[in-house]
Order: sequence, then structure tokens, then C-alpha cells
Amino acid sequence: MRSSRLILYLVLLAITVVAPYALPAFKQQLATLWIMIIVAMTWDMTGGQMGYNSLGNIFFYGTGMYVAALVTIGLVYNIGDYTSASGGGTDTFTRGQYFTGLIVGSLAAGLFCAVCAVVIGYITFGLRGPYFAIGTLGVAVAAGELVANWDWVGGGQGITLPVFPGSFETGKLILYFALAGIGIVLFLILRWLYSTRFGAAINAIRDDEEKAEAMGLHTMRYKLTTWAIAAFFVGIIGGIAGFQAISFEPLETAYQTINLGIFMVVCVLLGGKGTLWGPIIGAVLFQIFKELTWTYLLGWQWVALGALIVVSVVYFQQGLVGWLMTVRPEWFGIRVEGRDGGEAKAEAAE
Amino acid sequence: MSAIIEVRNVSKSYGGVQANTDISIDVVQGGITGLIGPNGSGKTTLFNSIVGYHPINEGSIRFEGREISRMQVPQIARLGLLRTFQQTRIYGAMNCVENMLISLPHRKMRFLDAFRRNSAVDKEKAERLLDFVGLYEKRFLQSGSLSFGQQKLLEFAMALMNEPTVLLLDEPTAGINPTLINGLIDRLKRANTEFGITLFIIEHNMRVIMNMAESIYCLAHGRLLAHGSPEEIQNDQNVIDAYLGAH
Repeated sequence: MRSSRLILYLVLLAITVVAPYALPAFKQQLATLWIMIIVAMTWDMTGGQMGYNSLGNIFFYGTGMYVAALVTIGLVYNIGDYTSASGGGTDTFTRGQYFTGLIVGSLAAGLFCAVCAVVIGYITFGLRGPYFAIGTLGVAVAAGELVANWDWVGGGQGITLPVFPGSFETGKLILYFALAGIGIVLFLILRWLYSTRFGAAINAIRDDEEKAEAMGLHTMRYKLTTWAIAAFFVGIIGGIAGFQAISFEPLETAYQTINLGIFMVVCVLLGGKGTLWGPIIGAVLFQIFKELTWTYLLGWQWVALGALIVVSVVYFQQGLVGWLMTVRPEWFGIRVEGRDGGEAKAEAAE
Repeated sequence: MSAIIEVRNVSKSYGGVQANTDISIDVVQGGITGLIGPNGSGKTTLFNSIVGYHPINEGSIRFEGREISRMQVPQIARLGLLRTFQQTRIYGAMNCVENMLISLPHRKMRFLDAFRRNSAVDKEKAERLLDFVGLYEKRFLQSGSLSFGQQKLLEFAMALMNEPTVLLLDEPTAGINPTLINGLIDRLKRANTEFGITLFIIEHNMRVIMNMAESIYCLAHGRLLAHGSPEEIQNDQNVIDAYLGAH
């Protein structure tokens, strides 16, 4: 069992490494796939594991994009001068300045977003169920509008980042591996986190928060920590996504509530909420579906996507992994009273 | 015979409904105290006030000499004052052992302890307490699939796992098969004598409460009607009238 799992991980790692070389024309799509996987996994931390459906995680993506860009530019130029020239002089970043910006900027974005999550969470975690979803959505929408009217950071025009100082293809490759690496680190962290008492505590909050409080759990502390970890990773990949986009504007690219903000939820619903692999499987399926419809059903792609969302929400709420769990609970070590001999075994032991 | 919980002149209203009026109660340290009263007499409201579920309008509630009437539910729980619910609450998607492990006393845990896995000692303790309530054979079954009575036993075991000083039980025998009730009474008594947990119990089953409690309070219409030993309460004309509806 353990060795078969190790082999699975190694095969997936090999696919991750080989993919951009085997499919050189799809580097951008593969990088986007990793963005999907990461936002889905982080969304599931609160939405699936903790029972808090946030529609505002896109806030961290957009904020991460802006923080990373501003740090990158601010380390070299005066930000106000740079943005008022609308990115004039974008090619005057050295290789060192580019990479410093990419690394320091993305990390700063992650940290800033984690702090934002604690502050916003402290206010919004008093809301439950759909109210939390709407409250966080409001934060993301408001942030997008605020940034769009803030001239110092480029206003509605957005920001143009430096292009990669080297060949275009190498640039794409580096961003792909940066995103894949962060995705793998996130997966390993979550795999460990969900096996600790912390994982059990956030599951308890999901199952019955009032009971968890009555048992003395530090519910607010766990909720804030979970969201801060999620925000940290979303902020980082937001920062990297900014470098991938090169030029981005606030409402359609950074705080894209109706695109990525919804996609991440759909990915998790497709794959299965509250499971380690569900968000990943869902993100892969969703990305394939999205790329296929955008290629072969152009003009109808939004209709197809909307239909997918409606069908999965109405008829397939538990998602692929969730469905497997109900059909084959023994694969997941779940034993139910009066099923699969659970009762019989218990009685035999008496 | 010192009081571990001192409720003094507590009043609580929901809008115009006066649920508790000027109630004073002592829960004796190390003992079993009962709380009875007809439906709607304010028993659960009083429990909720004690554990910090809602703010009280007037009065004072002290636990081990400390004023707790302004504290939040998890804070009070971490002091060692725990409650179980009338409508049993467990984490249905988890199995019994997982339910037990999440109930480890958080007052003894630092933040970083949350990032560890449960030790063999913790698991052993969980299984021992599940054995104590008679759920050992069912410990790996999904708790939501257990019967209501078994879920109630699990909730009781979870409370013991938390090592409380005082346990407030809201109708522990409601909905339990009569043949299991004797076993439950026995376990409640043992929790009191062996684990040294002070019990404060709301109960409708007179046989149960007269059998267990040394001191019983009776509420009616949100006011304290009577207080005394089981014999005194059984012979109190006011209590009998409250239950049978005298005019």
C-alpha cells in the first residue's frame, strides 16, 4: 500500500516534469492548470475542510498580483512615475531585478495576503453559511473597484510588468516550474496538516461549530490560521500569475470574481469537497473542459461552462471523490453501522 | 460542601418573554445536583446562561469563585465547565475514536500542539473511555450511523475525554431505551465517584433524578419553586402542583 502510493507520487512527479517538454505548445495552459489546482486546494481548506464557503478568495489572487508587481517595480523605480507612464520603459529591468522582483515580490504578496486574511477573517468569520460567502464576495468586488480607481497603482489601466529577460519560451518554462513547485509544496503541507489535530479541529468546526465551541476548541484561532495559510499560497501564485500575464488590469485579470473566483469553487465541487485529492482531480477535469470548449465551442463556451456548473451543483454535489466515498466507503477506511459487515464484525468481536 | 457554581439572582429574558427570573442556585463541589421542572420552565435557558451561550440580563454566575457571566462559550469550556446538549451533538462524519480525539482538553493545549498528531496515550485513553460507556466494539464506525442512544453515550464519553471539573447534562436519558437507562445511571454515578466530576443534571425522568441527585432544584415559570433533598422535593406540594397543574 505504502509503496504503491509512493510509485503513484513518483509517476505524477515525472508527468509534471515532462509535461511542458512533451507538450511545448501548451506551456501556458499547463501553468494555468497549476494555478487552478492551487486555488482549488486552498479554496477547499476553508470551503471543504472547514465548512466556510468563501467567494472572496479571488481577493488574495488579485491583491497578490498587485503586491508582487508593486514590490518588483518599487525596488527599481518610483511607482507613481512608472504607472503614470503606463509601463513606459518596461524593458529596462535587468535579469537580477526581474528575478528579485519575482521571488521577493511573490513572497511579500503571500505574507501581505495572509495578514489580510487574518484581518478580514476576524470581521467575516462571525458570518455563517451563505452570509459568509456573500460577505467575502463583497470584499473581493469592493477591492477590485477600489484598486481600479487608484491612479497610483495604474487605475483601470492596470500595470505592465517587465517581460522575461531571455527567450520567451524559457520564461514560460520558469513560471511553469515555479507554479508546479508551489503546488507540490502546498499538497505536501496539506497532506500533513489534515493528518494532525489541526485538521481534525477544522473538520469539527465544519461538522458542528457550536459543539466545537462548547468543547472548548479555539475555533476563531483555527479558522484564522486556516484562511491565512490559504491566502498565503493564493497571494504567491497571484504574484506569479502577474508575471505570466505581463500586463494586467484590476477587474478582468486581477480581481476576476466571475472567472477564477467561481472556477475555483467549481473545481472543488467537481472533484469533491473536503478531500485531499478532490480539488486536484476537479481542477484537471475543469481545465480540460474549459480548454476544449474554448477551442471547439467558441461562442458557446460560457453556455457550456454554465451548464457544467448547474449540472454539478444540482445533480452531483458530492463530486467525484465524494461520490466514490459513498459508493465505496471501505476504500477510504469509512465504516458505517449496518453496512459492509461493519455491524457483523462488531458483533463477532463481542 | 462548598459550592463550585454559584448562581445568584440571575434573570434572563428573550424580548418580552421572561425565561428566568431571580434564580439562585448552588452546585455542590463533587456532588450530583439535579434541576427539574415542567416543560418551558427555563431549565435549558439557565444551562445556556451558565455556559455563556447568551448574556444574562441581571445577576452573577461564579465558577470556582470566578465571575463567568461575561465570558464566551469556549473560554468557559476551557475552564473545565462543560455541557452536553439536549439534542445530541456529535461530529457525524467522523468515527467514534476521531470524535473522542478531537475532544481532548484544549485548556491544556498550546497553539503548536495542534500541529502534532495524537499520541498512542491519547488513543488508548479514547478507547478506554469508549469501553467505559460500552461503545468499544463500535469505535471505528461512523458516528452518524449509530443509533440515537449510542450517540448520546458517545457524547457523554466525549465530555469525559475533555476532563471537565463540572459537567452539565441536559436530559441525559431522554430518548434512551429504558433497559439502557440503568446502565447510564451507573456510569454517571461512576463518573462522579471515580473521576471526581461534579454533575449538574436536567432530567425529566423522576426515577433517574431521585436516584442520583443529593440536592434538587425545581423551576416553574422561570422562577425557583423549591430546593431540597429528593424526599423533600417529592413531598413538596408546590412541586406536585406545578407538575400536575393545580389551580
